Amino acid sequence: MKPLFSKKGIESPHEKNVAIAVDHIVKRYGDFTAVDDISFEVRDGEIFGLLGPNGAGKSTLIRMMTTLMPISAGKAYIAGFDVDTQSDEARRCIGVIPQALTSDIDLTVGENLSIYAKLYGVPTEQRRKSIAELLEAVDLTKWRDAQTKTLSGGMRRRLEIARGLVHNPKIFFLDEPTTGLDPVSRVAVWEMLNKLKEQRHLTMLITTHYMDEADRLCDRIAIVDHGKLVALDTPLALKQSVPGSNVIEVQIQSPPPGWEDELRRLPDVTDVHSESAGAYRVLSSNGSKTTTALVEAAVRAGLEIRSLSVQNTTLDDVFVHYTGRQLRDEAVKAYGFVMPPRPGMQS
Amino acid sequence: MTRMFAIIERELRKFFRSPTLMMVAMVFPLVQLIVLGNAFGGKIRDARMGLVDQDHGPQAVRVKEAFDAVAANIRTFKPVYYDNDKQAMEDVRNGKLDGAVIIPPQFSRRVYQQENPQLGLIVDNSDQFMSSTLEAKMSELTQALNQPVVEQRVVNQVALQIVELYPYIEYMKYLLPGSIALSMFVSVMIGGGMLYIDDKARGVHEGYLVTPITKLELIFGLNIAGALKAILAGIAISFAGSLLAGVGTAFHPITILQLLLLITATSLAFNGMMFLLMVRVEDPLVPRAMFGILNTLLFFPSGSIYPINAFPRWLQAIAWVDPFSYAVHGFKAVLLKQASTTAIIPDLLYLYTFGIVMLLVAVPLFKRTL
Repeated sequence: MKPLFSKKGIESPHEKNVAIAVDHIVKRYGDFTAVDDISFEVRDGEIFGLLGPNGAGKSTLIRMMTTLMPISAGKAYIAGFDVDTQSDEARRCIGVIPQALTSDIDLTVGENLSIYAKLYGVPTEQRRKSIAELLEAVDLTKWRDAQTKTLSGGMRRRLEIARGLVHNPKIFFLDEPTTGLDPVSRVAVWEMLNKLKEQRHLTMLITTHYMDEADRLCDRIAIVDHGKLVALDTPLALKQSVPGSNVIEVQIQSPPPGWEDELRRLPDVTDVHSESAGAYRVLSSNGSKTTTALVEAAVRAGLEIRSLSVQNTTLDDVFVHYTGRQLRDEAVKAYGFVMPPRPGMQS
Repeated sequence: MTRMFAIIERELRKFFRSPTLMMVAMVFPLVQLIVLGNAFGGKIRDARMGLVDQDHGPQAVRVKEAFDAVAANIRTFKPVYYDNDKQAMEDVRNGKLDGAVIIPPQFSRRVYQQENPQLGLIVDNSDQFMSSTLEAKMSELTQALNQPVVEQRVVNQVALQIVELYPYIEYMKYLLPGSIALSMFVSVMIGGGMLYIDDKARGVHEGYLVTPITKLELIFGLNIAGALKAILAGIAISFAGSLLAGVGTAFHPITILQLLLLITATSLAFNGMMFLLMVRVEDPLVPRAMFGILNTLLFFPSGSIYPINAFPRWLQAIAWVDPFSYAVHGFKAVLLKQASTTAIIPDLLYLYTFGIVMLLVAVPLFKRTL
């Protein structure tokens, strides 16, 4: 694994182009360590993603950085301010969008923004201007006087984003900003965040468990698992760090014992993961060649291929590579989700 | 200060946008005032009183005439005539009668011979209110029967002359002070308890905590907003309740000022108490579960529906520290007795001190972080 940062930690938190610096930060709840010795830096103007399954420690990390939770050990600096000792200064520099939708549903869109602007001490004239600009930016101008309860989920999320920017912060924290949104709204939020970043020269730190979101939005990604930082780099570099540029997902009807070893012996195969009975994930540096060989091997062995797909390496493969399991499996576990049996199906 | 006012503005806007809270805070005490005021304020009418005449003499006729007079005038009870004392007693047991009077054999002869004549009264004492009313009415009736036909010219018995300071106060008027305090308590319980914890659970406070608002600005913002909501509820019930109960004095300018002082002090005391109780609560179920307990523990011992002097000592101790007691005492003094402001100063002092002490204890317990 590529070294992430100096073992000595962050020596210059006040460095000009560093917006966020986290130095060996730890959060403990009794014997349980939720965040375990994590360090990283976020540069000015960067969109930085914290990627990990539910319960990985992403929200805890973001809450410590935004002064919401005391830090058990280590340091965090926001725009050069120590969040522990200079929390008020740090708060003035940041906008925060929590995971839940917390705008008041009984208040109008304009009132929600106005109250938050007052909480940040924005002067009256600047407040009016800032609210008008933000409503325009998030495409909610015509909903200004609508009660928040009448907005759709996507519109409410846009309102939350506007609320977090009402005092014109330089650093913006977004905790799972698209959770619960439909695919169209998610794409709309991504486009809006990119636009806002350009217009306002924002530095953004986003937590997410969506691979495509992290891939599409973030300049750099830190993968967090069980409270630890397991990888940090650009999405491209992370994908390149996984052996094999293609992933072949194949499902074989009743494979014989040792079939996995057979797959490993195919040309250009770099790794094989057995996912469930008959389902394999084959990493290859030459997808077309390996696929042809795989089909021929199956025909020779008299096996039926039930499904076959070839794709480029994704962040999901990066996650599997660094943690040994898939992110989507972790999401299922976190929600305790069990597929109900189909009617008439024997258990 | 701008940040504190932003919290107040948010809370009040929500309060006015959601009239359910306001309605619940006011309807509950008003319903209680109307229902309890009418249910407990009345006198017993048309109770069924069995009358068993085993004498059939002239004195028994006098008793029957007295019964008829009661039935025709004050209507406390109406007689139901029986021949059999056992049947009458059985019907009292079965609930067919509320009581029964037995005129024993030889009653008239004993009266004339002044030989300890007695009437028997059978009451169902499982209902204390009914039985004590019948006992009182029969005592009056017996006393009237004992009056000599010709009054003595020189009265040598001690007589009590009662002077009532105030016009007759119906029970609904007596309940009004408690209803005002209750409306403020319900407002604080919903606004300062349930909605406060709901906001915490929904992450609204998380939104506040990432802003540069100070701990004191946040605490004072939340408490001033809560107190203002309780004040509005108190004012509305004071006037609506006074109109319903017929307390005309509530509209006198001096009384209005005194009421405002008491309402402000009460809202501060209730709000401070609620903030302290809720300062570390996270679970939205807790304030809901506490509502019934707090209502019983604070409202009933306050003297709003029954005098504190009638309570056992332990309950009097609760009443002694209960801010409800001082609020109710103050409202009674102002609304029912037209007392001067001096009379309510101890109540005001207690309520303000109580509220401030509660807030002072709550401040260090309030966490600026999650």
